[in-house]
Amino acid sequence: MDVLAALTGSIGSVGYGLAAIGPGIGVGIVWAAYIQATARQPESAGLTRTYAFLGFALSEALALIGFVVPFVFGT
Amino acid sequence: MTPSAHALGSVLAAGPGFEAPGLEAFYPHPLWSFTLLGIPFEITRITLILWIATLAMIGLLVATVRKPQIVPGKLQFLGESGYSLVRDGIARDVVGPKGLSFAPFLAALFFFILANNMMSIIPFAQISPMSKFAFPLVLALICYVIYIWIGIREQGVGKYFKDILFLPGVPVFMYVLVTPIEILQNFIVRPFTLAVRLFANMFAGHMLLLVFSLGATYLFTVGGLSYVFGGISFLMAIVMTFFELLVIFLQAYVFTVLMGTYLNGSIEAEH
Repeated sequence: MDVLAALTGSIGSVGYGLAAIGPGIGVGIVWAAYIQATARQPESAGLTRTYAFLGFALSEALALIGFVVPFVFGT
Repeated sequence: MTPSAHALGSVLAAGPGFEAPGLEAFYPHPLWSFTLLGIPFEITRITLILWIATLAMIGLLVATVRKPQIVPGKLQFLGESGYSLVRDGIARDVVGPKGLSFAPFLAALFFFILANNMMSIIPFAQISPMSKFAFPLVLALICYVIYIWIGIREQGVGKYFKDILFLPGVPVFMYVLVTPIEILQNFIVRPFTLAVRLFANMFAGHMLLLVFSLGATYLFTVGGLSYVFGGISFLMAIVMTFFELLVIFLQAYVFTVLMGTYLNGSIEAEH
């Protein structure tokens, strides 16, 4: 079969770029919501901080997995 | 010779091309190796860093409480506010009213991770033991065993596993979908992400610093216009060191907070 398209070089970095899209949006939403909540109700800042960090950590995990996978399965 | 110096040597020796730093920085040469009960052990630089960081943290914390006064001095204030961050912010507020008995464990977890993470920007160490997957993995496994054990102790074996397998308040036909997700979530994803998050953050931080500092060194050797870019790269290495400082605190905090929420889920029956 003829090769129509080929990609060489560090494909893992392309994968990481793709993996970072979702978490990037997600982390942005998490902090935006936290700032909005704090602006609307400043006394709730302490209450929601834990959940902000929680949501941040959970969405960030995907990007980090995307970062590590090229090292694990690379070459 | 440190692995980073080794990488620097290979960058300078490579000649015309820049060789990006790879994984060799995470596999330093063993300083001392021995076999105990048929298991080979290797004491590397990273092991030494772990010991030094832990001892330094123990020393600091002991020093903060050695001469307690009613009006705390600077050192005592540091120790007390660090401990109250974990005790009040995590053990009491996240875990719940029963959580205060977990404050020492959570504080130990927090300060251990903090001390080890801190080694990633301290000169001459500049690699965190947490950027070796084994260390976060063991921490996550300890947490895994503890939160399941606490769940069984607080709720009983039957109720604890029944609540996880069959989430209360869910329509019966939805169990086809919910039960596998809950099993995956509680017994596989949780400890895995706990370990990977800490590991990947410290690993990525170390790689970032390596890339910028080795890049700067390489650009300075090229000469010409590259001096400008070398300067920028060097500046970025400094900026990234401060960013690393943020990540160090954040990851130690996030690890402890997540362990707090898992404990909360184990202690309180409702989801």
